[in-house]
Amino acid sequence: MLDTQPEGYTTADGRKIGGVVMEMKNITLRFGGVVAIKDISFDVREGEIRAIIGPNGAGKSSMLNVISGFYHPQEGEVWYKGARRPRMRPYQVARQGIARTFQNIALFEGMSVLDNIMTGRLNHMKSGFFSQALWWGPAAKEEAENREKVEKVIDFLEIQHIRKTPVRRLPYGLKKRVELARALAAEPSILLLDEPMAGMNVEEKEDMSRFVLDVNDEFGTTIVLIEHDMGVVMDLSDRVVVMDYGKKIGDGTPDEVRSNEEVIKAYLGVSHD
Amino acid sequence: MIYREAGDFKTTYAADNQTFPIKGDRYAYYLVLALALGVMPLIITDYWTNAIIIPFLIYTIAALGLNILIGYCGQLSLGTGGFMAVGAYASFKLMTAFPELSIVFVVLLAGLCTAAVGVAFGLPSLRIKGFYLAVATLAAQFFLIWLFTRTPWFFNYSPTGMISAPTRTVFGYAVTGPRASAVSMYLFCLAFLIGLAWLARNLTRGTLGRKWMAIRDMDIAAEIIGVNPLIAKLSAFAVSSFYVGIAGALLFVVYLGSVEAGEAFGITVSFLVLFMVIIGGLGSILGSFLGAFFLVVGPVLLKILLVDNLRWSSDLAAHLEIMIIGLLIIVFLVLEPHGLTALWRTIKEKLRLWPFPH
Ligand SMILES: Nc1ncnc2c1ncn2[C@@H]1O[C@H](COP(=O)(O)OP(=O)(O)O)[C@@H](O)[C@H]1O
Ligand SMILES: [Mg+2]
Repeated sequence: MLDTQPEGYTTADGRKIGGVVMEMKNITLRFGGVVAIKDISFDVREGEIRAIIGPNGAGKSSMLNVISGFYHPQEGEVWYKGARRPRMRPYQVARQGIARTFQNIALFEGMSVLDNIMTGRLNHMKSGFFSQALWWGPAAKEEAENREKVEKVIDFLEIQHIRKTPVRRLPYGLKKRVELARALAAEPSILLLDEPMAGMNVEEKEDMSRFVLDVNDEFGTTIVLIEHDMGVVMDLSDRVVVMDYGKKIGDGTPDEVRSNEEVIKAYLGVSHD
Repeated sequence: MIYREAGDFKTTYAADNQTFPIKGDRYAYYLVLALALGVMPLIITDYWTNAIIIPFLIYTIAALGLNILIGYCGQLSLGTGGFMAVGAYASFKLMTAFPELSIVFVVLLAGLCTAAVGVAFGLPSLRIKGFYLAVATLAAQFFLIWLFTRTPWFFNYSPTGMISAPTRTVFGYAVTGPRASAVSMYLFCLAFLIGLAWLARNLTRGTLGRKWMAIRDMDIAAEIIGVNPLIAKLSAFAVSSFYVGIAGALLFVVYLGSVEAGEAFGITVSFLVLFMVIIGGLGSILGSFLGAFFLVVGPVLLKILLVDNLRWSSDLAAHLEIMIIGLLIIVFLVLEPHGLTALWRTIKEKLRLWPFPH
């Protein structure tokens, strides 16, 4: 249905979705004998919230790791902004404007919340070694400018009160939020979120859902979101890829996916918490 | 914004980001600087200069360097002694090959040579971590000392195998050699320390410092935000070795005057500087000062107390010293990786809220 609208479309709630910004083509990823991803293709459109769902071990995180350059698939291609992406290291992917969070939080525990989020701005900070060493002109100016951007993110995610707190002292839920803040600070074109709501209580989940929607709405950021709880995803996302045992078993709008025979079969007996 | 000191509000991000955001700290810093530059030169004696002050200044530079590598970038090194030797031998070769070259440039160039050597020996850090990296740097330590003792070119074929620093002057005052006065040696070393501490502070609070700390805390996450691990690690090795090399050069030209690599820059020196960093506080500029002060002054005071006053044998006193240091290392490693700096911070946090702790 959507393939007939190459220039994009407008969602029911009035957001503009653009053309394809990233495309995974026939990705196969093996670890020794284990096939984590089997010949999967899907695309991501500009400005949409694209979910990947599936039970534990389905290969969702592996897919995100392929996108961000941690894993290199044995077969298949990643296309980004209309060009085939060569094999890249994670930091090169980051510099192309793809930011992410991890299923198991990956913050810098020894640094303050502020410094953690400031690291998200690294790719926007260009002052040279000597300018930094002498704290002279460009370096000091750049620091202040980027701090301002970071403060906007801090306000947006409502974490002003923990700005100077060392990350290691934060509770789990707030750490997840700081990790999102660090990714947002990079002003990415695509934001990859690996189970942002896992391990949260109901209230925290609601907050996080709101933030995800707000980010997408206010900044137009394309979001690829992993979740294994179907309920949450259906409310949030524009389109959903369903994975099971490394294979794609469904792809479409939440409604299409919900009524897909294979998806129902895969999810039968899987408990939803 | 209430947790900040009452009345001391920041109106710009630059003000919030300065080195000493709290007024009291800032004044204390200016006071120390004024004392060090204005008062100390008038009151220091030869004995205290040689026993405590010069070694403290020089070892603080080395500790700053090692702290950048270990405390900020998380790369363990046991090669400090060897890198100090590079600085010392580089300064010797430069002094003898270019007698006209100012001693200031000699020391700086010796630092640059050491930075280059540090980068070369830092290459393994791209593949190996932690314990294995420590072993690799230990190999560097032994290799470098071996190189300097076995290659006559490095000590200009002197029959004793030692290198000696000729007299060099700054603004007409001798800072090296036998004619150098305590005050000129003191000011020479102090100038380097102030400059280098200031540079270290700037580097660690900016983009590069955050890259180093990101690598230290979680290298995978560092890569995902766009840090190139190659550049981050090697830049830490380069900057760190630059400091360590300058410390080695100063130790040779100013303090010792003549050295033999194995004796002056052996593995014990590597551990001494490492202990300074651990006791003072990993990842802290202030900690480098505290650690160096503690390990330079402590043994001297202990000796005065035990040997000179209580008439212990110096052997016994030396053993006690080693035991105390060993105990402190264990205590700090297990209980407080941020060392003396953390104790200092706790005291300050209490003071800030005093007299109303709630
Ligand atoms: N680095 C790895 N080495 C070996 N096997 C892996 C690795 N990463 C993932 N796998 C395997 O790939 C499969 C998919 O894992 P994962 O992508 O984490 O699933 P999900 O995120 O959907 O729960 C699992 O069988 C897992 O054991
Ligand atoms: Mg996963």
